[in-house]
This record gives sequence, C-alpha cells and structure tokens, in this order.
Amino acid sequence: MIVYTLKRLALALVVAVIVSLVSFMLIRVSGDPAIALAGEASSAEQIQHIREQYGFDRPLLVQYLDWSWRALQGDFGESPYFRLPVSQIMGDRIGVTMTLGGCSLAFAVLLSLPLGILAAVHPNTWVDRLALAIAVLGQAMPSFWFGLIMIIFFSVTLRWLPVSGTGSWRHFVMPTIALGYYATPAFMRLIRSGMIEVLSSDYIRTARAKGLRWPKILFKHALRNAIIPVVSLAAVQFGFMLGGSIIIESVFALHGIGYLAWESIGRSDLPVVQAIVLMLSLIYVVLTLLSDILNAVLDPRIRVK
Amino acid sequence: MEVVFPSPQQIMRRAMLHHKGFLMGLSVIIVVTLLTILAPVLATHDPYAQDLGQRLIPPVWQEKGTWDHPLGTDNLGRDYLSRLIYGSRVSLLIGLSVMLIAGLIGTTLGLLAGYFGGKMDMFVSFLVTVRLALPAVLVAVAVVSLIGGSTRIVILVLGLLVWDRFAVVVRASTQQIRPLEYVAAAKSAGCSTFRILAQEMLPNLMNNLIVVATLEVARAILLEAALSFLGMGVQPPTPSWGLMISEGKEFMLFYPYLITIPGVALFLLLLGFNLLGDGIRDVTAPEGR
Repeated sequence: MIVYTLKRLALALVVAVIVSLVSFMLIRVSGDPAIALAGEASSAEQIQHIREQYGFDRPLLVQYLDWSWRALQGDFGESPYFRLPVSQIMGDRIGVTMTLGGCSLAFAVLLSLPLGILAAVHPNTWVDRLALAIAVLGQAMPSFWFGLIMIIFFSVTLRWLPVSGTGSWRHFVMPTIALGYYATPAFMRLIRSGMIEVLSSDYIRTARAKGLRWPKILFKHALRNAIIPVVSLAAVQFGFMLGGSIIIESVFALHGIGYLAWESIGRSDLPVVQAIVLMLSLIYVVLTLLSDILNAVLDPRIRVK
Repeated sequence: MEVVFPSPQQIMRRAMLHHKGFLMGLSVIIVVTLLTILAPVLATHDPYAQDLGQRLIPPVWQEKGTWDHPLGTDNLGRDYLSRLIYGSRVSLLIGLSVMLIAGLIGTTLGLLAGYFGGKMDMFVSFLVTVRLALPAVLVAVAVVSLIGGSTRIVILVLGLLVWDRFAVVVRASTQQIRPLEYVAAAKSAGCSTFRILAQEMLPNLMNNLIVVATLEVARAILLEAALSFLGMGVQPPTPSWGLMISEGKEFMLFYPYLITIPGVALFLLLLGFNLLGDGIRDVTAPEGR
C-alpha cells in the first residue's frame, strides 16, 4: 500500500511539473506576451518597459523557474488590470466556483444514483428507458444553451429565479442544474452498468439463496462494490466541471474563477489566465491522486496491479 | 434442403436496421449533410446580406412573421434560415476535421502504447494524464484569443486537445488483440512492425474506432459551439450556430427565437451523432453499453 501510494505520488508530481510548464508556455504561444499585455496600439518603448517589468527579457528557463518558485509560495504575480496580487483576486473568487462545482456534483450524483440503481434492478422497463433518455439528452444538450433556455423559462416567464449574479443561493440553482446535468450521463451509465454486473455475480446469488432480504443485498452487498468506480469518476468529473465553469459562469455572470478567466482572456490579463489554468490543473491532479489512493484502500486488488 | 446461414455482415446489417436510435441518428446526420451540400440551393437569401430595414422579423409561426423569412431575421436583418443552413457547414467541417486530427494523434499513441507496452505505455498514459489535467475549454479559449480566431485555428487547437479518448480506447483494444495468434503469425512471417500495426491490428480495431470517432465528432461540434459562444471561436460574420446563440443572447428576452432556433439545430445534430455512436456500439459490441 505504501509502495503504491509513493508511486502514485511521484506520478502526480511529474504531471504537476509538466502542467505548470504548459500553463507557463500557454501565454507565450503568440510569441511575445509583452505585446499582448501592452495592447496592440502601444509604442515600442511601452512594450520594452513591460518586457523589463515582467522580466520577459530573461531566458525562458530562468523565467519559468522564477515563476514556478513564486507560484509554489502562492505568489502568482500582479494583475495589470486590477493592480492587485493575482492570488488575492483568485482567493475572492474561488469559493463561488467551488460551491458551484460541489452543488453540481451533488446534483449529478443525486439524480443518477437512484435512477441508475432502479434501471439496473429493472432493466428494459420504463425506469430503464427514462434513465437512458436522460443520459442521451444530457450528452447532446449544450450546457450554455440549456442555461439560456432556463433563464427564459424560470427567470423571465415564471420570475422564480434571478437572471444572473452571485448574491444568494437562488443565483446558484440554474447554474448547478446546467453544469450538473452535463455530468449526469457519465454517472448514470457507470452506476447502471456497474450494478448490472454486480447483481449478476455469484456472491449476490449466494446471498439471495441464503434468504437475505433484498434491500440488504442491494445496498449492503451490491452497491458497495458498484460504487467504487463512481468515486474515481466523481473526482474526474469535479475537475472537468471546474474547467467547464468558464462557460456556465459566463452565461449566468456568476463571479467565480471561470468568469474571471473569461474576462481576463478578453482583456489580456495574462498573469490571471496563467494562474487559473495552473490552479485548475493542479486541483485535478490532487483530486485524481486522492481518489486513486482512496480506491486502493477500498479495493485491495488495485494495489497489486 | 439447403440451410443458408446469414453472414456476420448480414446479421449486423439486420441489427442496425432494427435499432431505433441508430436509425434516428443516421437520418439526422443524412439531413444535415444534405443541408451542407445543398446550402446554395436551399438558402433563400445570402447569409451575410444585412438589411437594417428588415431587423428582428419573427419566424413565420408568430404574428408579423412572413414567408419571405420563414425563421425570421436577426438583429442585422440577415435571413435566419439561410444562416442556419450555412451554419451546418461550419459545424460539420469543424466536427469532422477535429475528429480526423485527434483520431490520427490518439490512434497512433494508443497503438504504440498497446503494442509495445512497458516504457512506451507508461509514456502515453502519462501524456493522457497531463492532457486530462488541463482544462480543455479554458486552454482552447486562451490560445484562440492569443493567436486570433479563425476556422482553421479552432480546428487545429481542438484537434490537438481532444485526442485523449482515442488514445485510451485504442490502447485498451490493442492490448486485447496483442496476445492473439494472428499477430504472432504475422510476426514470425517476418512482417515489419509498421505492417503489423497498420494491416493486422488497425482493421481489427475499426469497430471501436468508428464508435469513438462518431462520439468525438459530437464533442468537437459542442466545443466549437461553446468556443464561438464565448466569442473565442469562429469569428463574425461567419454563420456558426454557437456564434448565432451568442449574438442572439443580447436580444433573447424579447426575441427568444434568436437562441431557440440555432440551439435546437445544434442539439439535434449532437443528438444525431450520439445516437449513431451509441447505436454502432450496441450492434458491434453489445456488452459495452
């Protein structure tokens, strides 16, 4: 178990380094980030000034080491737009995105868990078809369009919920549904197929033959095994949802990290963009690391592989 | 009496013709393909022609709608039906091209990882992990905004980003085929590694590959629409469905058709590719549902 954990940790570290390298190079894809920061219309002197101010005139490797060393200490530089430390701006916004991600994950799991189990227990009935229909529609529904349709229906026609903003829990209802529904199909399919596989296994038949009550078999014996892959999917999907927050947050003007990223891209606030890409990637790396270790604890077979 | 057994192809064809989802998906895609081919014939107006005297005319089923503009006009007086028809070209072009680029990268990586195993496998798995850790939409939006949006750039950026599923699926199926006898036979007959990979392994991965490719077209179309919606994809005045939703957003409270019409079109096309992909999987590998 310790060997597995150490191996997995080493992999996560290497991935983190590469990911930081990508986020570092990202704002340099167009060539000179100083021009992007200064704006198209600025003079050669202004560009030179910015180049020196941000240290873009140094060798790339030196820049990278400097940037990543500071980032390790939580210093992502200063945003030229806000004239504030990037870490402070992100700190103000990350809570909103985490709340949205958490609520969306809960929405997706709470919708797909009962439906997936019911569909597995009663295959080829109306419950199964309903679960399949929800999954297929969810796969094809563009989340930003779903969000806009909800705004027209719930905010404009029915006047139940606010159109946009961040003020109260009511502002999170529609973004949660839009983002959560996007993740639902994956959960639904995994829970359904996992339960079908487990329910047809020998030890369930033995449990039934022993005369155990059905609910006990279902929840204590079957679900416990079928839920293991769901844990890793949840980690992966949570990471994807944080990444997808850029779309949903800009639809609902929800002031989280995603909306900040979109605005910052629009106004060439590159240090912020860079920091957000790095942060979201690292969150994903940490989440998958934790879920892999948790899985190894839950399922001893994984450790040996 | 002679008993004729149906060939595997016949069985598969029959299964496809009885699979409702597959047929629905296929019909949607045939219709959209016809739209893209016949766009110049079907579109009644120039999709770029602005007419400020004809702004925001509602579709024909609403009051004040006219048959001259069956789906109405947008805020610049452009015919919405013509823009919708030409928009299907953008979606299909981007969806298919991205799928081809991503498929080429992902399949190559997956084949190498599955066939050679060991260090190569570790390397490819590592690449996939890195790719998944990066937030795709955010990276695509940032890159497109830095180097400037155009159809070609969007195709390239998305193609370089979404090869992960190809790599994962091809790697897994290659690992399954790898120990089979015909691979060993080809090897002992002195076939080159390239020949084994390209002519022995690849044809046997085709079923899985087609399923992934179909679903990936849908993913690419969705990503293009999302990028264009955020203003960092295909640039105006190109008629892209995502861009049409983005442009209609400002006016959606009073003219909801501006976003419902392109949205429904996008939804149906995505539904078509998803149903087709799921259908092919059900028929070729029913255990994979």
